[in-house]
Amino acid sequence: MNEQTVIETQELTKAYGEQVAVNHLNLKISQGEVFGFLGPNGAGKTTTLLMLLGLSEPTSGKAWVCGFDPTRDPLKVKRIVGYLPENVGFYDDMNAVQNLLFISRLNGIRDDYARPKIDELLKLVDLQADPRKKVGAYSRGMRQRLGIAEVLLKDPQIVFLDEPTLGLDPDGSHQILEVIRSLSSEKNLTVFFSSHLLDQVQKISHRVGIMLKGNLVASGRIEDLAKEKFGVEQEKYTLEEIYMKYFKEGQS
Amino acid sequence: MTGILTVCRKELADHFSSTRFVLLFTLILVISLVTAYIVGTGLREELKDVAKPTFVFLMLFTSSGKLFSLIQFIAFFGPLVGIVLGFDAINQERSSRTLSKLVSQPIYRDAIINGKFLAGAIMISIMIVSIVLLISGLGLRLIGVVPGPEEIWRLVIYMVLSIFYICFWLGISMLFSIVFRSVATSALAAIAFWIFLSFFINLGASMVADAISPVDPKAAERNPELLISYEQTRKAISYVSPMTLYSEGTTTILDPLRKTTQSILMMGPMERLSISRFQNPLPLDQSISIVLPHIITLIAITMIFFALSYSVFMRQEVRST
Repeated sequence: MNEQTVIETQELTKAYGEQVAVNHLNLKISQGEVFGFLGPNGAGKTTTLLMLLGLSEPTSGKAWVCGFDPTRDPLKVKRIVGYLPENVGFYDDMNAVQNLLFISRLNGIRDDYARPKIDELLKLVDLQADPRKKVGAYSRGMRQRLGIAEVLLKDPQIVFLDEPTLGLDPDGSHQILEVIRSLSSEKNLTVFFSSHLLDQVQKISHRVGIMLKGNLVASGRIEDLAKEKFGVEQEKYTLEEIYMKYFKEGQS
Repeated sequence: MTGILTVCRKELADHFSSTRFVLLFTLILVISLVTAYIVGTGLREELKDVAKPTFVFLMLFTSSGKLFSLIQFIAFFGPLVGIVLGFDAINQERSSRTLSKLVSQPIYRDAIINGKFLAGAIMISIMIVSIVLLISGLGLRLIGVVPGPEEIWRLVIYMVLSIFYICFWLGISMLFSIVFRSVATSALAAIAFWIFLSFFINLGASMVADAISPVDPKAAERNPELLISYEQTRKAISYVSPMTLYSEGTTTILDPLRKTTQSILMMGPMERLSISRFQNPLPLDQSISIVLPHIITLIAITMIFFALSYSVFMRQEVRST
């Protein structure tokens, strides 16, 4: 694995008035890594993603994505980062190909180049069956897979996935996780994703970070976290137990 | 630039295929054709056996026939077109969760709102130009008078003004679609604002004028200045209404015999014809100079409201929820 750092934050802070959403976050993610970002709802995960994309301005602190400052150069960051928002939406009265074509045009990709690419991606996420079906008629799992295809359309170096498996059946989320895993191993893509489903995170992440109330309370490889918290080898503890331990400590 | 054009292209496609726009467009087209037909046949009857006055062609747009003139019609219903084109521009994207996706693409954020406004403006221009061309064509057949170059210029100015007037409402409804999260709220707010600015402002203007410079009938007998100041206050307030600006501006542009924006007398076509025997029509530049303040104000408020929605949109936090 290439050890080049592609995402770095230094004391990154976002406050909405009195409420601190992200508190002095320090994070380093290397190229090709799958980084699982954990935490309860409202812990500041999405806010962090938005700041890394330049969609939200940090109150203080700095961030770099592939060497670019997202606040100053949002366009350069958006060109190399694919972002899948939580509950991604599509234009329901267009079909999958039209939706993807629109996004590829926004990325300045020429249509004749984009079309074969779209076919290829739809095959990758197993959606090539009925190209004329309107996206409005898609099931949740299909939409989520279309979202993954859309994110990959611009050949990103990094992808941010916000709850990619939320509300999917086990089969659907397994498919998505497989796609994520293969992207990371085959294309050396950096994946930064947030999730609540701890066993899934454990399955595919190289490293995890745990956010509680805006603070990053732990970050590292799962086995290292287990050693740190319980003083034993990781095999005995699942990520869930580690997470709950941190969570209870955070509560008290 | 690619961002603006891509967004604009998609919006245009959406507009052309959306049912509500097709309905509204058909309605407006039909009504303006009917108006032109009624006015045209009316003019033909009246002009029988009399020498044709100059600028008879423009009367197609200004004289009101049995119902209303085209100018009045656009002044009333043009805003609806603008509102329909814009009231869900941004909050629809928000509620279908496509906005956070759009802003995470490598385009400037203003490309989204500029593209949408541009698409709306293109739709409005297509509509106005085709209506005017249709009526001109129909009018040519009905009254058999070919417009001169000056009349064509007047028509061009009229079309530009109409486009700005409807774009003003497009800007307003887009602003509401940014400010209000719910599509229904923004539509209602835009319509309420339209009713207020178009119909109630005149009532309000008289009331405010009564308060600021009240006219006591006895005092006014001795001092007519009072009446003038009352009237000036009332006028100043009624100019808040884009409908007043638009209808006064366009009637003066389209009617060379008008030498003031105020219509003190209601005139039928025959009275007008007889007046035109004794008066010389104003040249185009004189007509323009009468309503230049109207024109500039109309264009300025359009730009102000677009700039307002632009800046609100640029500052708004984008969250998926």
